[in-house]
Parts: sequence; structure tokens; C-alpha cells
Amino acid sequence: MAQLDNRAGRRLVAGIPLFWLLLFFLIPFIIVLKISFSEVRLAMPPFAPLFQWIQGWPRPKLHFGNYGFLFTDPLYISSYLYSLKVALVSTFCCLLIGYPMAYAIAHASPTWRTVLLMMIVLPFWTSFLLRVYAWIGLLKNNGVINNILMYLGLIHEPLPLLQSDFAVYIGIVYSYLPFMILPLYANLEKHDNTLLEAAEDLGATPMTAFFRITLPQSVAGIVAGSLLVFIPAVGEYVVPSLLGRTDQLMIGRVLSDEFFENRDWPVASAVAILILLALVIPIMLFQHFQRRELEAQK
Amino acid sequence: MSAQLQVSAPAAAAHEQGAPAAFVRIEHVTKKFGDFPAVDDVSLDIQQGEIFCLLGGSGSGKTTLLRMLAGFETPTGGKIFIDGQDMSTIPPYERRINMMFQSYALFPHMTVEKNVAFGLEQEKLGKQEIRARVAEILEIVKMTAFTGRKPHQLSGGQRQRVALARALVKRPKLLLLDEPLAALDRKLREHTQFELINIQKRLGVTFIVVTHDQEEAMTLSSRMGVMNHGKIAQVGTPAAIYESPATKFVADFIGSVNMFEGRVIAEGSGRIDSQELGCTVVVDRKLNCPSGATVWTAVRPEKINMSRSLGEEHALRENVVRGVVKEIAYMGDVSIYLVQIDSGKTVRVTLPNVMRDAEHRITRDETVYLSWHGSSPVVLTE
Repeated sequence: MAQLDNRAGRRLVAGIPLFWLLLFFLIPFIIVLKISFSEVRLAMPPFAPLFQWIQGWPRPKLHFGNYGFLFTDPLYISSYLYSLKVALVSTFCCLLIGYPMAYAIAHASPTWRTVLLMMIVLPFWTSFLLRVYAWIGLLKNNGVINNILMYLGLIHEPLPLLQSDFAVYIGIVYSYLPFMILPLYANLEKHDNTLLEAAEDLGATPMTAFFRITLPQSVAGIVAGSLLVFIPAVGEYVVPSLLGRTDQLMIGRVLSDEFFENRDWPVASAVAILILLALVIPIMLFQHFQRRELEAQK
Repeated sequence: MSAQLQVSAPAAAAHEQGAPAAFVRIEHVTKKFGDFPAVDDVSLDIQQGEIFCLLGGSGSGKTTLLRMLAGFETPTGGKIFIDGQDMSTIPPYERRINMMFQSYALFPHMTVEKNVAFGLEQEKLGKQEIRARVAEILEIVKMTAFTGRKPHQLSGGQRQRVALARALVKRPKLLLLDEPLAALDRKLREHTQFELINIQKRLGVTFIVVTHDQEEAMTLSSRMGVMNHGKIAQVGTPAAIYESPATKFVADFIGSVNMFEGRVIAEGSGRIDSQELGCTVVVDRKLNCPSGATVWTAVRPEKINMSRSLGEEHALRENVVRGVVKEIAYMGDVSIYLVQIDSGKTVRVTLPNVMRDAEHRITRDETVYLSWHGSSPVVLTE
């Protein structure tokens, strides 16, 4: 009896998030998918129905033109490629900055560890938008950075920092760094220090020990952190809109323009589906590594 | 150091005189963590080719001493010489010493072969030579069939062998073993003990073993050092330490012992009056202790005779007491008797179960006489 209750309870625990995902993720996704195959129309809703009723039977009327359109207009392709490039470079920068930080936190004394982790999480207490706005104040022509450099006489004209790739990288790396540090910390913190002692005992310098022992064992953390940065960075909207170039859009901005400015819901949906497809591969990689780490822990 | 009162200790003396220069020399080494001395002014010489066991309870400083030899801890005071070389400034990765960790510390992301090869790769040896030496050592520890496995696919005993192979493949002159058998079950432990000795003899490596298990220390070691509160309490062969413990701590820590407080009757005689025991203890040696000095007489349980009647030789009431058997624990090979003697103290006696039939075996609540030979007791002052 108790076992039966137990099983029912377990199903309930797993069922609630499953139901949540079904309701708020899968169903909207299907709606978006459906719209992406519809034809645009000046009406409310602004797209044609997918099924037409002919002699009492529903007949689908799939429209692939939206996808075809994305490949004919260079705006979309260049936005996609630019988004992937920005996301890749940002992820790499986050890894370069985040790994040493995570490593240092994992090796700090327990008291320091709490303080340092708190400092990583603390920025989240302010609005994301506000923090990106703050970067405008720092980067603009008469902003803090340019003013200091001019005052020191290092430059005579303000550097065009804002509305550049550089500003986008700064914004994304700054915003997403905690997502890199936290999974890396969670991984590094579990490492057994005697393994490093064993490596040193066998003649490895601390440097070799790091590259042969610590780094390979933290691959799962690196992958988790990288995906947590890469996936949202691809579709990032706020940072490039506020700090980025005006001549080169990221795909998130294209999507929103398509939706709100052009009111072309089918094309906007097709853009969204293609972003999703581009992200499915990294997501599957993520799951693969997560599973592998779970198996290794057994 | 030793406050032992026995006049003759020839075995220990011989060792001190003709000994060659020590392979490992520990000179007044102290290690403090904060104000707490984990290792407190320890001096120790270990010869080449020995299996030396450091035996002690948890917190006795034995592991800290081992970690200082490996280079993971720096002594607060004193010096360590290995093969004549001062180790003070030498980092672990430049010491020609290897260690087998208590947790084995196998690299979980590498196969058995990779684990064993790791140390040789650090020496920048050729691929061919590495492969040959890895194969050779895996042969010795009988793990050839498991080269491709990862550590989590191995049993505890197999992991222990890989850890041993990984340390030995570097052909160290000195191997440090931290509780090498603690993670193995009893049967496997016994078997592995003898295998370790065989491998040690075959390769001629000096072993320093840290253990809390006295049985393990006794079987493995050629000499052992008993540690207590960061100090070495006694160094000697297992037999010397068991039969001639230097202090009450050592006598009590190694094996079981019956300890009785008493007073020396006359200086230069071997006679001790013990109220706790309720008889006079006579030892067949002369005690150079002033008369009236408080001493402790330690008698091992297996060195006490137990009989139903009082023999004629005990008519003088020396080295004999009367008591009642209170508990019997049958262990198979021996039986342990807890006898309450007339003074009220409980004495532990072990007798081998020589005969299979149990007809004449002493039973509970029987009155018995306990006696011992004059050579059996050890007299201790501290």
C-alpha cells in the first residue's frame, strides 16, 4: 500500500513540471509552428487559417513561402550568422573570464566561498534592463570611460565605444557571466583534491595536473555553462538594441521587428522556428553531457 | 625516551650500534596546525629495504608525518633527509618518492592503463618504454586483464592494485602507503598483506606504511613506530613492541593487557607488592627502582595460567591470585575468560582451545587460580 502511494507520489512530482511544460511550452510552440506555415493576411488574426473545410473534411493548406523568403532576403541570413558569431564569441569570453573565477571560488575557504558566490548573484537583484542601461552611461561618447581616458590625456577624441560589436560583447558577457560561473563552480567544487596531490606525487607540475586532471573532469561544467550562455545569447534582444550597431541586427531584433513593425506573424514565426532549430543541436549536446556526468557519478 | 625498567634489551641495542646511514632520516620534525602540534619533535631513522609501519590512533599525527615525507605538508620545525638529501625545499613532483593514497585517488576519467602510465608520461619517456613498463607492473599486480577499464568499473581490491601499480611503476626508492588495506574486507586484507610483502621483497622498495590497524602493522612491518599525541612512543620490531612495551600506552594500545598498580618492595630485587592484585609479583629480573616506587605490572592475557587447584609451587602466594570466572567468550581458536579476582579487579585470560571435546573446560562461576611465570610481567613506570 505504502509502495503504491509512493509511486503515485513520485508520478505526481514528475507530473506537475511535465504538465507545466506541456501547457506553457509545447502548446505555444505548436501554435507558433502552425502560424509559420500560414499565409499573411491583413485581418485579425493577421494570418490565414491552416485548415480549410472542404465538403465537411478539414484540408490542410501548408504555406512554405515564409521559410523560402528567409533564404532569399540577405537580411535574415546575415542576422542569423551575426547572432551566431556574437553568441560564440561571447560564450568564449565568458568561459575565459568565468573559469578562473569559478576555480578561485571553489578553492576559497568556506566563508569566502559564500561571500564570493553572493557577489556573483547580487547583480540579479537589479533589473537586467537597468544594468544594460548603466553600460550606456559608461560607454557613450561623454560617458565615464571616455571622460576618464580624455582626462588622463590618453586620447583626444572620444572613442566610439557605444553602438559597436565591442559594446554588444561587453553587454552580453557582463549579463551572462553568472550563468557560466555557477555551473562551473558546481562542477569544480566537487573535485577531489587528493587527485591533484596524486598527480603531483607522480611527477606532474601543478600546471600539468590542472590540464590533465582538473580540466578534463570539468568538461561537463564547461558544456553546461557554455550552453547556458550561448542559447540565450543567440536570441538576445535587449543588449544589441541598446548597445549594438544599427547597421547589423541580431536575429532577436529581426524577429521582434517582423512581429511588431511589419505585423507579419507567419514570417516572424518562421524566424523563431529557425532559431529554435539552430539551438536544438547545442541543447541536445547539453543533455548528452549531462547524462554522461550523471552516469559517471554512479 | 624509554622508561622501561627491564635491565636487558639486547636486540634494540644491536640495532643502534652497527646500523648503516639511514635511508630516511627524520630529525626533530614538528608540524603545527595553528597552535596544535600534530607532529611533535619526532626523530626517526628508517633503513633501506625496510617495511616500516607508523601505527597510531586517529589524530596521533601518523598521516601528517607521512604527508610531510611526500611533500604535501611542510614541517614547522626540523628536517627530513631522504637518501642523504635535505627535502625541505623540494616540491612533491620532484621527489623520487611515491605515495599510495588511502582513497587510492585514481583518476576517474582515465583507464587503468592511462592511470598507471600517467607517472611515466611525466618523466617524458618514450611511448614504447611506457607501454612495456605499464604492462610489466600490471602483470606483477595481476591486473593485466583490466587495462581498458575505468576505475568505477573495478572492485575495491582491484582499485587497490591499480593504485599500487601506479605508484610502483615509477620505480621509487621509497613508497609511502596511507592505510593501504583499510578499504578492503577482512579476507581480502589478509591475502593482500602477504602479497604486499612479496612485492616489496621482489622490488626491494622501502615501504613506509601508515595504519591504525595493529594486526596489519604486525604482519607487514619489519619495524614499527607507535605514535601517540604527535610523538613516537616506541620504535622496534613487532615482537619487541608486543613483548617489551616501553610505556603503559604502548602496552595497552598493542594487543590486550592486564595492568596492575604496585609498589617496589626493595631496590634491586624483583619483588612488587600490588594491592590491586592482592599478591606479590615476583619478576625474574632486578628492578633498579627505589623501594616504594609506584610501578605498573603488565601481563598479557595469554601468558596467564588458569587452573582449578593451587599447585605446590604457588604455596608462597607469589605470582598467583584466586578469582571467579564471570564471562567466557568462545572465539574458536581461543577462549577469553574474564575472571574477577578477590581484590575485585577483573583479569582477562586467553586459553587456546587445544582439545575439541569440552568436558573439562572451565565454566562460568567456577573458582580458579591465576598464575604466571616470573618472565611474563613487564614492569612499567609511565
